[in-house]
Order: sequence, then structure tokens, then C-alpha cells
Amino acid sequence: MRRAFRWLLAACVAIATTSAALAADLRPLVQTMGSGGYAGTEKALNQLSEAGDPAAVPVIEALQAGDLYVRKADGLVVIARKAGAGFALTDPLSGAVVGEAASGAIDKIKINNALRRSISATLGALTLMSPDPATRRSAAEAVFKSRDANALDTLNTAIAKEKDERIRRVMEQARAAVILTAGASEGDTQTAIATLTARGDRDALALLSMIAASGATDALKTAAAGAVAAVEQKLMFWGALQNLWYGLSLGSVLLLAAIGLAVTFGVMGVINMAHGEMVMIGAYTTFLVQQGLRTYAPGLTDLSILLALPAAFLVSGGVGVIIERSVIRWLYGRPLETLLATWGLSLALQQAVRSLFGPTNREVSAPSWMSGAFELGGLTITYGRLWIVVFAFAVFAALLVALKRTWFGLSIRAVTQNRPMANAMGIRTARVDALTFGLGSGIAGLAGVALSQIDNVSPNLGQSYIIDSFMVVVFGGVGNLWGTLVGALALGSLNKFLEPYAGAVLGKILVLIFIILFIQRRPRGLFALKGRAVEA
Amino acid sequence: MLTRFFLMGLDRKAGLVLTVLALLAVLVPVMTLVVPEGSPWHLSIFSVSLLGKYLCFALLALALDLVWGYVGILSLGHAAFFALGGYAMGMYLMRQIGPRGVYGNPILPDFMVFLNWKELPWYWLGFDHFAFAALMVLVVPGVLAFAFGWFAFRSRVTGVYLSIITQALTFALLLAFFRNDMGFGGNNGLTDFKEILGYDIQAPGTRVGLFLATVAALALSYMIASGIIASKLGKVLVAIRDTESRVRFLGYDTESYKLFAWTLSACMAGVAGALYVPQVGIINPSEFAPASSIEAVIWVAVGGRGTLAGAILGAVLVNFGKSYFTGALPELWLFALGGLFVLVTLFLPKGLLGLWAQLTARLPSGKGKGAPNGKTADQKGM
Repeated sequence: MRRAFRWLLAACVAIATTSAALAADLRPLVQTMGSGGYAGTEKALNQLSEAGDPAAVPVIEALQAGDLYVRKADGLVVIARKAGAGFALTDPLSGAVVGEAASGAIDKIKINNALRRSISATLGALTLMSPDPATRRSAAEAVFKSRDANALDTLNTAIAKEKDERIRRVMEQARAAVILTAGASEGDTQTAIATLTARGDRDALALLSMIAASGATDALKTAAAGAVAAVEQKLMFWGALQNLWYGLSLGSVLLLAAIGLAVTFGVMGVINMAHGEMVMIGAYTTFLVQQGLRTYAPGLTDLSILLALPAAFLVSGGVGVIIERSVIRWLYGRPLETLLATWGLSLALQQAVRSLFGPTNREVSAPSWMSGAFELGGLTITYGRLWIVVFAFAVFAALLVALKRTWFGLSIRAVTQNRPMANAMGIRTARVDALTFGLGSGIAGLAGVALSQIDNVSPNLGQSYIIDSFMVVVFGGVGNLWGTLVGALALGSLNKFLEPYAGAVLGKILVLIFIILFIQRRPRGLFALKGRAVEA
Repeated sequence: MLTRFFLMGLDRKAGLVLTVLALLAVLVPVMTLVVPEGSPWHLSIFSVSLLGKYLCFALLALALDLVWGYVGILSLGHAAFFALGGYAMGMYLMRQIGPRGVYGNPILPDFMVFLNWKELPWYWLGFDHFAFAALMVLVVPGVLAFAFGWFAFRSRVTGVYLSIITQALTFALLLAFFRNDMGFGGNNGLTDFKEILGYDIQAPGTRVGLFLATVAALALSYMIASGIIASKLGKVLVAIRDTESRVRFLGYDTESYKLFAWTLSACMAGVAGALYVPQVGIINPSEFAPASSIEAVIWVAVGGRGTLAGAILGAVLVNFGKSYFTGALPELWLFALGGLFVLVTLFLPKGLLGLWAQLTARLPSGKGKGAPNGKTADQKGM
């Protein structure tokens, strides 16, 4: 361990010294830029280019912009920018402040057109052939965007030297873009079209449609038109996939919100209108846990979400047990009254949270491992959404196992199927009722932890999910967890596929109408329980 | 025939309700318009409109009680019918503004000018005539309820499922009316009304007139509803509420009975909304909110489900409480309302009007000894 550390240290020192050494080598070269007129500058530029050190990039950029000057007093080459009456001078290599000078005390290093060309070639060479792959890649992307014909030669050299397959592809695409813009022989243009078709994004599409509209020959036009069609098809495919992902992501949010309800409503038959408030309590618990950690253990803030999970489960579950014992147990068998009583509870809980935490949104920040995104083909996937999808399925699986494989789950199923018989077999039905309701509420609390990451933590958080959750459970079929899963994913995808055509609000309205009509066709949902027991 | 129908429902309770309404119809105009302002017996115009608002809610509660209390259909979407009636009246009132809007366009309401619309959408045509608007107040909620009920009852969607899809219905309408391109004013709704039937809508005389119209509508609806309940039709409806399958097996076409009561109830709710809008001066999509439908359910539950007088009493009492609480103790109102939901469902399953029967039935049996005290406390808490 210690040895490894020492190696690391040595390596760091080595890197630091080499870069310092390189900068020292550059200084005399930069110093010669101001002498010998255009030819002298050109010579210095070529030497900088050969040195191949990206540290020279700011110097050359300053030269290009006309900001590079020579101080008359000592011949020092500086970057001068207007500041007040005079100029502020900085060192071109280090960027350190050198001083100030009147406009008469410095001479501009002049450039002509020939020099301009070599400047952009040198800049391209320095960045395109930089030892840092990220710089090379972004330089190639920059050329793709600017389509600067001057960069073509450098690009060719860079492609020949490039070893990284992916960067070379970007460079080739950049070359294709330059060729298509500047015009070239028929064969080269055809190759360029093929390269851009392979790239297949919106930028490529724009370039290709330009060629399709105003290509030099008919053959080119047809080739480009074919390429446009191919790219459009590809984009549509990725677009559909992206929609599918959004649908999955929305579906898993719906699943999270509805799965607790699938227990209280689906298994127990209790219409819990306060379900959304259990979600809200879970979100506020997350907020409190995060605040607590921020105050007492700032190092652990990144873990606050993980710590909030058990806390939210216990808090929401505890509130659920209290509600069941105090209100709901008196109302079994009277679903409509249960609906009203729990609605009343939801109002009171909302107001309680509003009085305690205020009516405004509370900030729950995302941990570092949940922020950011990555690309998969043409898809952009944010880590936050990915974790929520994973989490939703994990909760679903855990609940399934709890219901099917544990003693507690067995008692829940026994009580729902035949209460008096379960009672006679020695199951304490009252306790099972309370715990089942607590389980459903606790899962709602878990959903609250996840939703605190993507929604505003406010007293109204739950209300925005309650109707959706009921739709999911009813659509999927009451009393069937798999139905809830399928219902959530189907409604999520349907919503996201309607959105591009109908807009977000109209899409939602259409989904609601679809559900209303669907329930007419199948009053017991997608996966209805079979048998006479369900006939109320 | 018709007289007999109306007289049939007139029992002692109905007489009491109609007497109270008649008293209101006489006293309120006198106290507002005749009694001078300094007198302790004077009633301000504001209070008249407030009373009128309560009575509109009472009419909504009556409509809801007809389907929930007597047919067993718990609608969580009656506010939708109320709001649709309100929008129909609001559209008429918008057209009456004419060129007096901010933009001074003689044809288009202000919000359409603001959205750069060039001409009136087709569904606004005809709303410059009061008769047409009044017809639409009945037709729009009625047709929606008929279509919805026809589908729902025929596929035998019942109980909680029906409640949840009525909620989905009003939620969908809420979202729809929030959209600007629907042509109903988006989230601002319709407001800034000037006159109704040529009378200035702010004038005390008009206000009292609207109040009287509300009293009349409520009395008429009460008579219709109690007439229905006392008739054979009402007996079938109650039987459907208690055991629908048995009624069906006896050969009754239960769907048609339910559909009739449901559509009638929606029309009544539409009338309530239409009377509400000119007295409050605004209609916006928040009236569609599922929460307002559920609030209407609690009025009925407080007063007594299955008693028409109870629905009216509950609506007036709860809304009086709401006005008082939101003014004096705004923080506490939602606690009070939430508590009311819980206490009424737990301890007053038959509401205030059922309280007496509940007390007399329970006391001799000696069961639930402490309970009556608890109930008196509830009553005071209201």
C-alpha cells in the first residue's frame, strides 16, 4: 500500500517537472515571434508546431486575435488587452500579470493572410495531435462544427497518426464535413456522404440535406437524398428508443407511487386517499435526514439517500400503522366511508406538514453518484433516472418476495382470502391488518425518497400522484402485483409516446380518457382475479 | 298528475325545508333593500351573495345526495357538472360584456384578443342569447353524464371503481380547461362580467334577484327530488342502492334507472353552477379540481346521507364554517375539514339529521355509553 503510494507520488513529481521543462523550452521560441517580420513569426510558429506542446495554444490564439505584442523597452513578448487608457500586459505562457503599458510602449505582432493560414494549421495540429485524447476529440468536434477548409491538411496528418479508433472516426467525420462544405472530387464527396451517414445525428442530417438540395451533380444529389432518408430513419429509431426509455422512467415512477397502494388497496381493499401523503412524508423524511447529516456529519451527505430509505420506510410505515389502528379498522367493509375518512386524513396531514415546514418547496440535493448522464448509442441516460428505474424494480421484487416467501406474507394472503378461517388458524388478524397497512405506507415512504430526487418536496407532492396511482392499480387489476407492474409501465410508455404528438397535457388527458374507456370494457382491470369471490 | 307528483313528496320535513326557503325569499330582500343601512337588521349585499353561494352549494349537495344517498353511486366528479354549468353561464356573461372589455373588441372576449384569435370558435356561437345559454346549462352536463353513465352502468362498473373513474373524468376536464387553446380562458377562466339580462351584475337589485332565483331553483329541485323518492321510481332506486343484483334478477332494468337519476343529478349540478357564477363573479378551471368534488361529498355526509334536507343543511353549515375558519384561523381550516371527514364517517354515519335517531336507538340498549357525549362535542366543533 505504502509502496504504491510512493510510486504514485514519484509519477506525479515526474509529470510536474516535465511540463515545467516543456514550458521552459517554449519561452525562447515565443520570444523570437516578434522579430524578423512575417518570415520570423512564421519560422517561430513552425517551431512551436514541431515542439507539439499544447501550452503554446494560448500564445497562438492571441496571435490570431491580434492580442500579441512586443514590449519596446525589453523586447518581451506579451498579451496586451485594452484596459482604460493603456494596455494590461500578461505573460502569454503562464497567464501571469506582467504590468501595464501605454499604447506607444508596445508593438503589435502583425499577421498577414499566409500567416493566418499557418496559424490555424498550427492550432489544429497542436490540438488535433495533442497527447491528451480528450483535447484531440474536442478539437476534431470543433473542426466538424466550423468546417474550416484550412484545417484539412492538418486533419489528414492527424488521421494518419491517430491510434484511437473512436477519435479517428470523429476526425474522419470532421474531414467529411469539410469536404462536403468546401467541395471536392466526386469520389471523395461520395465517401464523405457515407461517413456522415454512419455518424447519423442531427448535424450530419443538416449537412446531408444541404448536399441533397444543392449538390454538384445529380448522382451526388441522389446519394445525399438516400443518405438523408437513412439518417432520418436511424434518428427515428433512436427517438423511439428514447421515448421508450422516458416511458420506462415515468412508468417506474408510477410503479413506485402505486406499488404501496397495490398493497393497501389491492390486497386489503382499503381505499387509501392519504397514500400520496405517505409519499410526501417519505420525501420530507429524506429532507430531514439530509439536513441532519449536513449539520452533524457533512462527510456523509452523499449517503443521505441511502440512510433516508430505512428512515422513510419506518416513519411512513409508523404513521400508516397509527392511521390503521385509529381510523381505518373501524371502517372495514365500508369502502366509500374509508375513502372519505382517508381523504380527510390527507387534508390534515398536508396542513400539518405545511404548518411544520412551511408551504414552500424544500431542497433535497442529489448525491454525486446520482448526477450526470451517459450516452448509449443515440440515447442520453441520466444516472438519477437510471437509479430510480433500478430502485422501482428492486422494491417491486422485494415486495413480491415478502408476500410470497415469508411467514408475514403468508399471513397477509391468508387474511385477505378468508379472514375468519385465518383467525381460526391462530393468525392475529388485527395485527396483520395493521402491519399490512404499515407495509403499504412504508413502501409509499420509499417512493417518497425516490421522488424527492425528481420532484419538488412540497406539501402538495402527494396529491399530484394520488390519481395516477389509483389509475395504475385499477388499470392493472386490483389485487394483482404483476398487474400493477404492467399497468405502470404501459401507462408510462403510452403517456410518453403520446407526448410528442399531442403535447404533455393533452397526452395526459388522452391517457385518462383511455383508462375511463378501458374500465368500461374490463371493469376489473387488466389482470382480474377470477372466481366468484370478487363479485361484490 | 304533475301536482300529485309534487305533493307526494311533501311530508313534514319537506314542509319545513320549503317554509325556511320561503322565509329566506321574503326576509332577505326586505332586510337588504328596505331596511336602512345603519339598522342592526340590515343585511349587506356581500352577505346576500354569500348566502346565495351557500344555497348554490346546497343545490349541488342535493344533486349529489340524490345519486349517493338514494342510488348508492358515490360520485367524486360532481364538481365537473357544476363547473360545466358554470362555464355555460360564464360564456353567456362574457358575450354580454361586448365592447366594454379592456381591448374593446365587440365580438371576441379579452382573452381571445390576447391570444391573437381572429374569430369566435364555433362552440361559442349562440351564447349571446340567454335562452340558449340556459339550455346549455342543462344540456352540456346532462349529455356528458348520460354518455358517461351509459358506458359505465352498462359495463356494470360499480362502487369504488365508479368513484375513481368519476374522479378521473373531472381531473381530465381540469387539465383540459387549463389549456389556453381550449378557448375557455385557460387558467384565468372567465371573469369581469358586466351585466345579466340587461341588468348591472353589481347592482343590489340584481344580486337580490339572483339570490331569489337560487332559492327558487333549490326549492324546485327539492320538490322534484322528493317527488321522485316518494314515487315508485324512488322505491326502485333505493332498492338498487341496497342490493342491485336482486333488483336486476326481479326483472328491472337497473341501468336505465341509474342512468335517469345520474343524468338528472348532473343537470341539477349544472344549474347550481350556473347560478353560482354570476354571484361569485368568476369561473375558472380550479372548480373542476377533484378536491372540490370530494368536499361536496362531505357536505352530504355531514348533513346526513339519504336525507335531502340533510344535504342542504350540511352544505350550508360546512360552508359557513369554511368562511369563518378561512377568515379567522386560516391555518386551522384544513385540520377542521379533515377532522370533520374522519369524525363524521366514524361517529355520524347518518349525519346530523340521523343523530337523533342514532341517539334514541342506542341509549336504551346501554351500548356505547360515552359515545353520545363525543357526538355532542362533534356537533359543537362544527
